[in-house]
Amino acid sequence: MGDIHVMREGFLPPKPPPRRHLISIGDLTRDDVERLLATARSFSRSLEREVKKLPTLRGYTVVNVFYESSTRTSSSFELAAKRLSADTMSIKAAGSSVDKGESLKDTALTLGAYDPDVIVIRHPQIGAPQLVARYTGAHVVNAGDGKHQHPTQALLDLYTIREQVGPIDGLHVAIVGDVLHSRVARSNIQALTLMGASVTLVGPPPLLPRGIEAMGCTLSHDIGAIASADVVYVLRMQQERMQEGANYVPSLREYTARWGVTPDRLRPGQKVMHPGPMNRGVEIDPRVADAADALIETQVRAGLVVRMAVLYDLLTTGPASVKTPEPLEVA
Amino acid sequence: MLFVKTERRPQDDLVVRGARVVDPVEGLDAVCDVRVDGGTVAQLGTSLEANGHRVVQGAGLVLAPAFVDPHVHLRVPGREDEETIASGTAAAAAGGYCAILAMPNTDPVVDSAAVLGSLIDDAQADAEVQVGFLAAITRGQEGGELTEMAELADHGAAGFSDDGRPVVAPGLMRRALQYHGITGRRLALHCEEPTLSSRGQMHEGAVSAELGFAGYPSIAESVMVERDLALAAFEDEPLHLLHLSARESVEALQAAQAKGVAATAEVTPHHLCLTDEAVRTLDPNLKMNPPLRSAEDRVALVDGLRDGTIAAVATDHAPHARHEKEVPFEAAPFGVTGLETAFAALYKGLVEPGLIPLETLLERMSAGPARLYGLERPRIAVGAPANLVLLDTAATWRVEEDGFRSRSANSWALGQTLQGRVRMTVAAGRVAFDG
Repeated sequence: MGDIHVMREGFLPPKPPPRRHLISIGDLTRDDVERLLATARSFSRSLEREVKKLPTLRGYTVVNVFYESSTRTSSSFELAAKRLSADTMSIKAAGSSVDKGESLKDTALTLGAYDPDVIVIRHPQIGAPQLVARYTGAHVVNAGDGKHQHPTQALLDLYTIREQVGPIDGLHVAIVGDVLHSRVARSNIQALTLMGASVTLVGPPPLLPRGIEAMGCTLSHDIGAIASADVVYVLRMQQERMQEGANYVPSLREYTARWGVTPDRLRPGQKVMHPGPMNRGVEIDPRVADAADALIETQVRAGLVVRMAVLYDLLTTGPASVKTPEPLEVA
Repeated sequence: MLFVKTERRPQDDLVVRGARVVDPVEGLDAVCDVRVDGGTVAQLGTSLEANGHRVVQGAGLVLAPAFVDPHVHLRVPGREDEETIASGTAAAAAGGYCAILAMPNTDPVVDSAAVLGSLIDDAQADAEVQVGFLAAITRGQEGGELTEMAELADHGAAGFSDDGRPVVAPGLMRRALQYHGITGRRLALHCEEPTLSSRGQMHEGAVSAELGFAGYPSIAESVMVERDLALAAFEDEPLHLLHLSARESVEALQAAQAKGVAATAEVTPHHLCLTDEAVRTLDPNLKMNPPLRSAEDRVALVDGLRDGTIAAVATDHAPHARHEKEVPFEAAPFGVTGLETAFAALYKGLVEPGLIPLETLLERMSAGPARLYGLERPRIAVGAPANLVLLDTAATWRVEEDGFRSRSANSWALGQTLQGRVRMTVAAGRVAFDG
């Protein structure tokens, strides 16, 4: 056989023209992440001031389109845009033309007609942000696409770890639970390994997808594997996945008994994170969720400054930004 | 079993001059002239008299037996917006095909003599190249009860298939094989174990794990291939395996053939040219069933085609309306077109890099697929009906959305530069495409 890889590349579809979006952590370099985290940190200082609003993105328009329910992500994107003085508009699938059967392409064309600078989109299907990027001129931010990516979650998690634990390079992070259905896990594996952490995935075999070790992580089916981790990242056990004979696990009761994160499975000083919303008593024991070592509320706070940094970065730093940026006014 | 437009126009008189004439089965490979009188190959030789015939300059080109595609979706009845007999056979002619077989997963399903009869009437009115129609194995392709196969065979069904779906129940599959002894028409099987493929979007492996798509593992195909081969061995009846994608399936087929099971198989250009890595683009034109698999699977398919374990290339040409594919990957239907790009894709992907000789590819695209269904083999020999394709193997061209004769443009090769161009197709004695 000839060289298979050379052949395969010969058939890859042409690459789309470069435009700056945030769709996948895989599109970022380590420098990109460092810049975003530094920007977020400077925004966190500005939020300590009495007047929290910055004029930085005045005149820009940010549209949030949410095809899935969300509390944390949608509210923090909206607040992030407002803190930077951008005009915002939020659209939820329920009650919009989506209910009337409008395709994503047509929704994108419609929103694009208003010339928004940024479209933030959450959608239950993988690749929806790319599709919106194809049919609009806006910068697109992926706020979660199916089981694929949730890049701003991973960035806020990196920010939280760096602020609360220390440098990420060399840290050991255990990600526990339903990796199969988790976009948070996929983005975090990429983000953590990019920044030099080692990642162990822990959970029952049906929920750790075949081949995922190719992303540069190790796998364990034994909850004891979390013992050596600096950070234990607990994934939401998605109850809707466990219905109708899916048989990913025999029961939530059995899952909790085997893989629930409980105080006796942690050692003192281990930090615990969770992307929310939590199922207390299922994947995470309430005593763990409420303990001092839990960083869950810190994650939510980090979400605001990281999303401010993402909007700011797309609109002011990129080589192909839509408008000439206003001068930096970060404190 | 094959039907074509019945025309008053007389069959064509041609002289193709100076082409490299290749018919691997006839053992023919020589630069010479070929004369066609009234749609029949009349003479091979040098400096043949034109006798008033149209002269086609073939210098630098390859003249070969025209291709046969054993697996096409013509979408009639039901989705005439996506393809018709006229557009699908015009696309076939442009791809170098003189004959194609259409799958019965239409709306309504081809499961009765009435539906089959109306398709045959349409083909006799509109088909630019010969068309055969497979009928369903089970009524409505629902996997419940057998169609009236003997009657369908009498009315001209070219074979039987529930393509698009597997015959899930092993007992029913066994009955269909037993009935093959009555009809003599090949059973063509879509091998998929539905609880293993379970809503899978792409091959299960490192790429699906990273992208988050539900996986459709190789074992979902190969476990069904092994079951069907075991049933065929038990009943001592032949069968044909559609669109193989997995290494394990090729290995199972090889083992069964070695034991004397009369099993054949086909493979698509996209499975021969691409792997699941291509799905990283999230392009819905890379979504098909079975899915693109790993590099190892691809190697096994190419090896199987070369050594003859896999007898035929089949496009599984599956037209879809543009708006149905302009959606996120998971929302898109399975299937891609292939009639108009098959030769050029395989020439670029397999012949140019030296993976498969041109002669082998020509055999697997013509005599191989004809043999599967007991069709007359297109050949270049005096007295044979003229079924010829004239190929420019040096020509490169870019696949563009508006360049298709098919009504649909959901080609996996869109935007790519391929090598090898069909210059002329003669089907059943008439020039069906003249590029």
